[in-house]
Amino acid sequence: MLLMPCPWCGPRDEPEFQFGGEPATRPIPAAEVSDQRWADYLYLRTNEKGFHRELWCHAGGCGQWFLVERDTVTHVIHRTLKPGEPA
Amino acid sequence: MKRLPTGGRIDRAAPRAFTWDGKALGGFKGDTLASALLANGIRIIGRSFKYHRPRGLYGAWSEEPNAIVDLAWKGEHDPNARSTLVDLQAGMAASGLNAWPSVAHDVYGLIDRFHRFIPAGFYYKTFKSPRWETFEGRIRQMAGLGTLRRSDDRRRYETRHAETDVLVVGAGPAGLAAARAAHAAGLRVILADDRAAWGGSLLWREGVIDDRAAADWVADTIAGLDGATLLPRTTVFGAYDHNAFGLLERRPSAADGWATERVWQVRARHVVLATGAIERPLVFPGNDRPGVMSAAAVLQYLREYGVLAGNRVVLVTNNDSAYETAHALIAAGARITIADARPELGAIARRAADHGIQVRANTVPVNTGGRHGLRWVDVAPRDNLAARERIPADVVAISGGWSPAVHLHSQAGGKLRWDAAEAAFLPEAARPGQHLAGAITGGTSLAEALEAGHHAGTVVASTFGRASAVLPPRAEPAAAPSPIAPLWFVPVPDQRQWIDFQNDVTLKDVALAARENYASVEHLKRYTTLGMANDQGKTSNVNGLAALAAFTGREIPEVGTTTFRPPFVPVSLGALAGMRHGRLYAPIRHLPSHADHLGNGAEMREYGGWLRPACYLRVGETVPQAIQREAASARQAAGLLDGSSLGKIEVQGADAAAFLNLLYYNELATLKPGRLRYCLLLRETGVVYDDGVVARLAPDRFLLSPSSSHTAGVLAMLRAWHQTEYPAMQVAFHDITAAWATYAISGPNARAILGRLATSIDISDAALPHMAIADGSIGGVPGRIARVSFTGERSYELSVPASHGAALWRHLLDLGARDGITLFGIEALSVLRAEKGFILIGTDTDGMTLPVDLGVTAPLRNKKVDFVGKRSLLTPDATRPDRRQFVGLLPADPRFVPAVGSHAIETADGKRRSIGWITTSCRSPALGRSIALGMIEAGRARIGETVELFHLGQTSRATITAPCHLDPAGERLHD
Ligand SMILES: [Zn+2]
Repeated sequence: MLLMPCPWCGPRDEPEFQFGGEPATRPIPAAEVSDQRWADYLYLRTNEKGFHRELWCHAGGCGQWFLVERDTVTHVIHRTLKPGEPA
Repeated sequence: MKRLPTGGRIDRAAPRAFTWDGKALGGFKGDTLASALLANGIRIIGRSFKYHRPRGLYGAWSEEPNAIVDLAWKGEHDPNARSTLVDLQAGMAASGLNAWPSVAHDVYGLIDRFHRFIPAGFYYKTFKSPRWETFEGRIRQMAGLGTLRRSDDRRRYETRHAETDVLVVGAGPAGLAAARAAHAAGLRVILADDRAAWGGSLLWREGVIDDRAAADWVADTIAGLDGATLLPRTTVFGAYDHNAFGLLERRPSAADGWATERVWQVRARHVVLATGAIERPLVFPGNDRPGVMSAAAVLQYLREYGVLAGNRVVLVTNNDSAYETAHALIAAGARITIADARPELGAIARRAADHGIQVRANTVPVNTGGRHGLRWVDVAPRDNLAARERIPADVVAISGGWSPAVHLHSQAGGKLRWDAAEAAFLPEAARPGQHLAGAITGGTSLAEALEAGHHAGTVVASTFGRASAVLPPRAEPAAAPSPIAPLWFVPVPDQRQWIDFQNDVTLKDVALAARENYASVEHLKRYTTLGMANDQGKTSNVNGLAALAAFTGREIPEVGTTTFRPPFVPVSLGALAGMRHGRLYAPIRHLPSHADHLGNGAEMREYGGWLRPACYLRVGETVPQAIQREAASARQAAGLLDGSSLGKIEVQGADAAAFLNLLYYNELATLKPGRLRYCLLLRETGVVYDDGVVARLAPDRFLLSPSSSHTAGVLAMLRAWHQTEYPAMQVAFHDITAAWATYAISGPNARAILGRLATSIDISDAALPHMAIADGSIGGVPGRIARVSFTGERSYELSVPASHGAALWRHLLDLGARDGITLFGIEALSVLRAEKGFILIGTDTDGMTLPVDLGVTAPLRNKKVDFVGKRSLLTPDATRPDRRQFVGLLPADPRFVPAVGSHAIETADGKRRSIGWITTSCRSPALGRSIALGMIEAGRARIGETVELFHLGQTSRATITAPCHLDPAGERLHD
């Protein structure tokens, strides 16, 4: 059970959070995007082993989404970032 | 075996009567069930799982592989009680498992004679041929340990949550020293130990600490841990990410009505693992005979419970630790012979010989014997196994070395390394926030354990910038022991040597697995069931993989070890569930008028997390009759529906209109204040997620009405899109579902009934046409009336603050009495909406349904701005002409209601193929016949065609129609 540091609330237990997966940049204008590019945006994720960037939401707390940099092997959480915070 | 007149922690002044297989026996306060059985001379406590071999006590604590029993006490029942972990209580009724009529005389014991025909992998092979089904019934009848009673579990369980600076696991010398040092530095400490008494190995090993008897030092140390959380009888069963731990606390003496087991979820900044080590058995022919026991367990029964396990004991060892058992047994009056497998006598062995104990070097056991209990053991020189000599014995105490209890370290992701000198797997390095002290790091003396524990406590304190205010506890340094000489098995052919006692995994089974190329330790485990019994391989793991290494010509580190996973000891499902069962499993929501519904004869059912009226039963009426009556009344006169559970999300802000226009499928920018629009909400994949009416209350203020069960999901979706995609937009969301009670009056008499309502809202058709909404006061309280219809009839939806809901409900019933107002529930609503061909999300739609499949195509053609899911509606798959489309179906037999899920079948080239299915079906009171809705391939082009329906072997026919079965022009909305 991860101890997830919410950028607003501080460290909280994993069950308070909702996993949002790897962030994917929405291609715009959507009407001009090829079928393949759109399908990649919807379904294709790198799913890297090791260092990984993910979106999480503190659904059972402040309700805010934030970015997590963590290691999917060691489960070390390197840092969490508020939206727009310089990476 | 006998109980000695003195010694141990038992209270001989407090007898405890209990029964074993119906026979009355006695023990004392402080006994475990196991120690009391041993004191009463009960030698056979269980039967092995596969061969039904008689099984006695091997161990004294959680490592015990054999002695699980059926236990009933105070109306509670545990079909798998671990007798070594059970505090003996007066009135306990224990009995043996896996045997008939009893473990002492088990007729299934005959199975053992056929052991050659059920080797390792027997079940795997039986799955393949001849046929598993042939044997399944008989195998299942004999399999399983324990029988559940068909009654509720009456025990109470609780869950507790805690956060602490340091969790110390194990209250032996190392753990106590660590807790003492951390506590003295002012840290918050939780100390957990699975024994009822504090001290760990100090409970049964002699020692002097800080010039006091070890027991006094333990008592003083515990007394000094003022303010710490002390958890005796508590097993830390699981280590999870980031120092999260699961603890099982047993509370056998809890007052009536209180939880007898508690699961603690602990988050610790630091953990000190002082979990000790587990003694390994020796593997030799006949080593499973009752009376062959762990040498450490024999010492524990003697020192802790005053039980002398045997009078004539042969002690077999390959290391120094067992010699303390020998000296203690002699002091208690037993006769001892020691067989030491090591080639030469070390210092401790020579000292024993000097005390007159018969000690034989280079000697190993080669067989045991005796009917109804152990009578003798054959020993032989290790290099000449044929030169056997028989020694009488009623107990063979064995020590094959020690396996550090690395389970929690490993569960937390810690790596293990094989230490050849210790002949054991040791933790390679502590995990972050983890500290290791005592025997978990390998063989340690008392002085070393105390020092390591104190060191761990001070290291933890230093990370908080604190120093410990106590000096380290001191014990006499001990001389280095003579090294262990591994003895993994005795190379005697033909005779069975047990590795896993409960699951009957023998040396031959491991050899067979190796021969059949199950050379990976994980495969070995699954092929032979090694380590899969209730002790989870605590005694068998290392012996098993050492044997596999030998049979595959490898070294132990090459073979490796299986992964340790939680739980360390079995944890009942009840304890894990805690209070989360029954009513508290998923608390159900109640409507503001709940009591009124009950008073009106409502049949309440759960819909989307709410308890809502399915229908209102009149005297002598069945549920289907009530549904038909209610649906008919709503069309003929007026119906009253409680719609309070329908979602209500307020959206406000300067950009509210623009934001919602990006989210919803339908155009919302053009919606005028005071007006409503029925809208679909899509996922980015284009799939319809929800539908509902969107109201524009003001230019910058909207009210959404998601489905009852989707309200939380829609709110989460709005927030996610706002925060991650459009954070610059000025918009805020608020779920006000529970704040408002909402009632719908529907039917031709609705307008007349509303005309009698005291309200400031103008409900004339000019002021409040269909799909309009207005604020005002209703019966003196602030409220809102919307013209929106889920039935196809003229309808008014009234909302007032939830606290006024029940009063308005009763008032509307009074107002409508003379116009035949009828209460209707969710089931009648479902009939009414089916007559109109209105979809129900999740019933008529699924995870593939696009808006175009529902025939809602205008927004895709006309809406100028991009919206969520739009691009997905333009893909080749979304524009395929043969997509399933939403249609109506009229069964050929108007009395026949086809089942939901019935397939529509097409026959082409002699082959039958499903072209879709029925999603909704019912009898329509308005049409006086059966109707259905469904998803059919290219359904709109097939309108007018007849299709064959198929369900569970039955066929019928139906004609495809447009979805709307009644009043397609919508004239009734305005009647
Ligand atoms: Zn938060």
